[in-house]
Amino acid sequence: MTDEHVETYAQDFKSYCIGGLLAFMLTALAFGLVIFEILPHFERLIALAILAVAQIIVHFRYFLHISWHSHRDDLQLVLFTSLILFLMVGGTIWILFNLHERMM
Amino acid sequence: MKRQSLLHPGLNLGSTDEYSHDEAEPVIFGFWVFLMADLVLFAILFATYASMSVQGQAGGPSPTDVFDLPSAFIETMLLLSSSITFGMASLALKYKADRLHLVFWLVLTFCLGAGFIGMEVRDFWIMTQQGAVPQRSGFLSAFYMLVATHGIHVTAGLCWMIVMLVQLRVLGRTTEVKLRLMRLALFWHMLDIVWVCIFTFVYLFGVAL
Repeated sequence: MTDEHVETYAQDFKSYCIGGLLAFMLTALAFGLVIFEILPHFERLIALAILAVAQIIVHFRYFLHISWHSHRDDLQLVLFTSLILFLMVGGTIWILFNLHERMM
Repeated sequence: MKRQSLLHPGLNLGSTDEYSHDEAEPVIFGFWVFLMADLVLFAILFATYASMSVQGQAGGPSPTDVFDLPSAFIETMLLLSSSITFGMASLALKYKADRLHLVFWLVLTFCLGAGFIGMEVRDFWIMTQQGAVPQRSGFLSAFYMLVATHGIHVTAGLCWMIVMLVQLRVLGRTTEVKLRLMRLALFWHMLDIVWVCIFTFVYLFGVAL
């Protein structure tokens, strides 16, 4: 390896280590919340959802190397897909739960 | 320094192999579009599961009755570790000239992935022994559909890994082989992201609700 590569290797290696460490911590926190029944019921669900979103961002940033400096529309594609997912999942849950309420 | 900019998702080869680095951009962008479409498939299964798990229990077992959290935790750790070992394989692909490092990390990733699938099959087996079979209720149908779709993706990734190990042996580290490994890396990391949603919204929510 040339000097330049030694330097970029260190950077790339660090990226995976930070990502791995953060991901392990967030996972442990999420399981800990449920196993030790920390926080009241509703707050616990909100905290779990926030931890999941945080971990997804960590995975995208450190394992898939998506950032604001990404070339082309890599990041835009992720954000647009997230919008579509939010509409489909949110819409389905809204409609089906509403329907369920009316049927009961 | 223009090569320092990221041309595509995943670890960029950059100046370690400029020819492959330039070849990678369109190929990996196309695969990235496929992965986004795959996420939409999973989203629909999640939406189905979200409504079925609450409203579709049909007097059968509830999520709390059938989910085994310690087992889900071990599966999560296996898949997360395999993501990190695949990261190490990507680094070996980019920086190490010898094949040994790369093959070592790939084989380790394969073992962790196979362990994950083994645990999952064991979970399914125990659940069916307790009478929690897919045809019992809408909740269980949606559960098996969602989790098994992810499991089949991981199994496909394992098969892909075997093919890549053979190609590394036969073809060596050509540009094509490198680009295929980089796409497999994206696929593998993306499956880990889907699993984050599964362990949170299926297992943890199921027990916490």
